[in-house]
Amino acid sequence: MKTELMSANYAAARAVVSARVEVVAAYPITPATTVPEQIALLSEKGIYKGEFIRVESEHSAMFACIGASSTGARAFTATSSNGLLLMDEALHWASAARLPIVLANINRSVSPSWNIHVSHDDSMSKRDTGWIQFYVSSVDEFYHTIIQAFKLAEDERVLMPTMVNADGFVLSHTVSRYDYLEPEEVDKFLQPYSPPHWVMDPENPVAHGNIVFPEHYQEFRYSMHEGTKNALDVYLEIEAEYKKLFGKYFGGPIECYKCDDADYIMTSQGTIGAEARDAIDQLRKDGYKVGSARIRMYRPFPIDHIRDLAKGKKAIASFDRSVSYGFGGPVANDIRASLYATDIRPLIKSYIGGLGGRDITVPDIKEILLDLIKHEESGEAGPEETWHDLR
Amino acid sequence: MSLRVRSCRAHSGCVLVVNEVNTEPEGRANMPKTSYSKPSVGATGKTGSWRTFDPVINYKECSKCRTCWLYCPEAVITLEDDGTPHIDYDYCKGCGICAQVCPRKCIDMVRKGTRDEEDEE
Repeated sequence: MKTELMSANYAAARAVVSARVEVVAAYPITPATTVPEQIALLSEKGIYKGEFIRVESEHSAMFACIGASSTGARAFTATSSNGLLLMDEALHWASAARLPIVLANINRSVSPSWNIHVSHDDSMSKRDTGWIQFYVSSVDEFYHTIIQAFKLAEDERVLMPTMVNADGFVLSHTVSRYDYLEPEEVDKFLQPYSPPHWVMDPENPVAHGNIVFPEHYQEFRYSMHEGTKNALDVYLEIEAEYKKLFGKYFGGPIECYKCDDADYIMTSQGTIGAEARDAIDQLRKDGYKVGSARIRMYRPFPIDHIRDLAKGKKAIASFDRSVSYGFGGPVANDIRASLYATDIRPLIKSYIGGLGGRDITVPDIKEILLDLIKHEESGEAGPEETWHDLR
Repeated sequence: MSLRVRSCRAHSGCVLVVNEVNTEPEGRANMPKTSYSKPSVGATGKTGSWRTFDPVINYKECSKCRTCWLYCPEAVITLEDDGTPHIDYDYCKGCGICAQVCPRKCIDMVRKGTRDEEDEE
């Protein structure tokens, strides 16, 4: 392991080398562009030893990955925003074919209005495509989570494709330190992919994508649901192994900061969760018992972890950097739904903001937590959702 | 018992496929992770029953040029050694492409049930 300085996108390209990816098919889109650009460069230098397929669109990129993965190759792509949306059909295809492709999505706001900065609405809108989703908060976490994602996706109990999300520009173009692992080191953790199901092989032809009638279709969908739910426990195993081998651990499905004795929690996804630590420290100095829970794994949704987190808390502020039009913050809704069947009843307030790359800094996070505390103490729940910094 | 995950030739003339999965005990536990199938014939039954119009070759006019054989999207036209075409009515869906492309226009599309099938088959 050696420490390097790099942007998240350059580090993602290194993760592709470390994980011995065999096929990359990608199409450029800001801010993901420098991921395939770096892979192409590493390929030219002979450092990345797999195939690099230049395609004419993101739709083709994902279908090329599907073809590659169907032959048993380890496949990877990267995209952002409208590129991810163009992949939509192929995203469903990949998951239903149970192909463990890994996608690095550099979160970017969806157009129009044209905007290249971060929102999570691109990946949140892909919630139900059958892709496991992670949100990361640092360059180091992005690099290592991509490597872990292959192991998770390829596990026979899971066999679902995995998307690792990183905030556009905040991470993608910001240089930070991370710990690089040589492919020989990663070999200890990640074995070559060997498909436990159908494989595209001219010596033993099979057809896939064929008609399945009403008497069986539903069972295949149930199997995808089971595989996705299994991903939670399998990921806990993977993280434990990774920690043992490389000393790297990013906090499980939900990374908690000072949550244990807190009365008030703010949940968030991505880099805001890293920023929140400073806000928590400052509010703690002022005597507020607050904590931050950064949700790393969004699908499968870590329901039990949410219930444990919420137990004994007075109130939770769920911060979403995206919106489900007409029904508020997507993660806030999931948190509320996770608790409904229990008797755990903290006040849950949904905050939406930071859209189109608007900065969410320490004062913003403090303001949100203080607003939460004010409502909880007054007994007035206030609006079901609050748009933070709405001008 | 045996569970059949079937496919058909509804799209683009692909080979008929079937996947046999032994289920003991019965249930989804023994289903594959995703549907796939191995080449075989007739898994979805005789798709010729979908036909409304039957292509009927007038062998007196036929020049054995093989154009119909080349164009048939379902590959249900077979040729004798001398090039004489035969249509497999068990799987012909009656699309009429053979009749369209026939240079001598000697394939007629005849509404099903109105011809003397014994004669031509």
